[in-house]
Amino acid sequence: MPKIYGAVTINAERCKGCELCVIACPTKVLQLQPKEVNNKGYHYATVVNAEACIGCASCATVCPDACIEVYKVIEK
Amino acid sequence: MKQEDIICPENRVYAKPRLLNDNTMHYCPGCSHGVVHRIIAEILDEEGYADNTVGVAPVGCAVFAYKYIDVDWVEAAHGRAPALATAIKRLNPDRLVFTYQGDGDLAAIGTGETIHAANRAENITIIFINNGIYGMTGGQMAPTTLEGMKTATTPYGRRIDLNGYPLNISELLAKLDGTCYVTRQSVDTPAAVKKAKKAIAQAFANSMAGRGTSVVEILGTCASGWKMSPHDANLWMREHMGEHYQLGDLKNEVKQ
Repeated sequence: MPKIYGAVTINAERCKGCELCVIACPTKVLQLQPKEVNNKGYHYATVVNAEACIGCASCATVCPDACIEVYKVIEK
Repeated sequence: MKQEDIICPENRVYAKPRLLNDNTMHYCPGCSHGVVHRIIAEILDEEGYADNTVGVAPVGCAVFAYKYIDVDWVEAAHGRAPALATAIKRLNPDRLVFTYQGDGDLAAIGTGETIHAANRAENITIIFINNGIYGMTGGQMAPTTLEGMKTATTPYGRRIDLNGYPLNISELLAKLDGTCYVTRQSVDTPAAVKKAKKAIAQAFANSMAGRGTSVVEILGTCASGWKMSPHDANLWMREHMGEHYQLGDLKNEVKQ
């Protein structure tokens, strides 16, 4: 069975911390930064469980500020 | 496999659309406008309309739409976007002309322009963001506000005996002979966003093929105006707005 590897990168300065990506992620990869804030003062989204990512792009699909890039590798 | 091996340009499956500018949007966190702007930018790029499009921006929260999507724009007076789009499309019939309007713009002050543009079967696309509130001015009641919904001007909820009924403008437009495609979508889940994108792409194709007016209503949220978190606003929208404003195609006369 092919194994799927995914990864996301987040543009922290563009993020407004709305948490929609955290809720949309089916494998709980993302979380809001609990203490750190970006220059606008928002608790930005961050990757906490990188290995679980399947590259489905659900987070990027619901992101209102287009700050998420998604990468995906299918290993046969 | 290591993260560094996965993160490289050839494995990229999703990135910020090329037509979306780097300007930070002024919308509140979790605003539906951001998602709709993004899917419009994606469609314009994917379908090759980028150099051939004129958008008409409204008055309302989306007044700065021209700062975020990198195509030609015209800013209309409050509610007059369909009238302006009519002129642009008639003078440049080979261009894709669309209006982007909120419910205060389209369903209140611009009702006349909207209905008459649709009735004349102008070959334009109307993208209508309905969040049931005047978001920009501080959350006052709009014609589309639901019965019992609390707003700044109806603090005890909208009363039918005092304020009238919520206006189903898309159902009205679907009754007109000039419209070819009227649909109502939402952007609260990944699946809904994909459906909305498909609907907008269909509407743009109708405009270019000269089939008449296409209307895509998108049920949006206004987390700040509704005084909820973005996720709660999405849930509230599904539960309450979906009841009065049924999702799906209201009219589709396009021959497949």
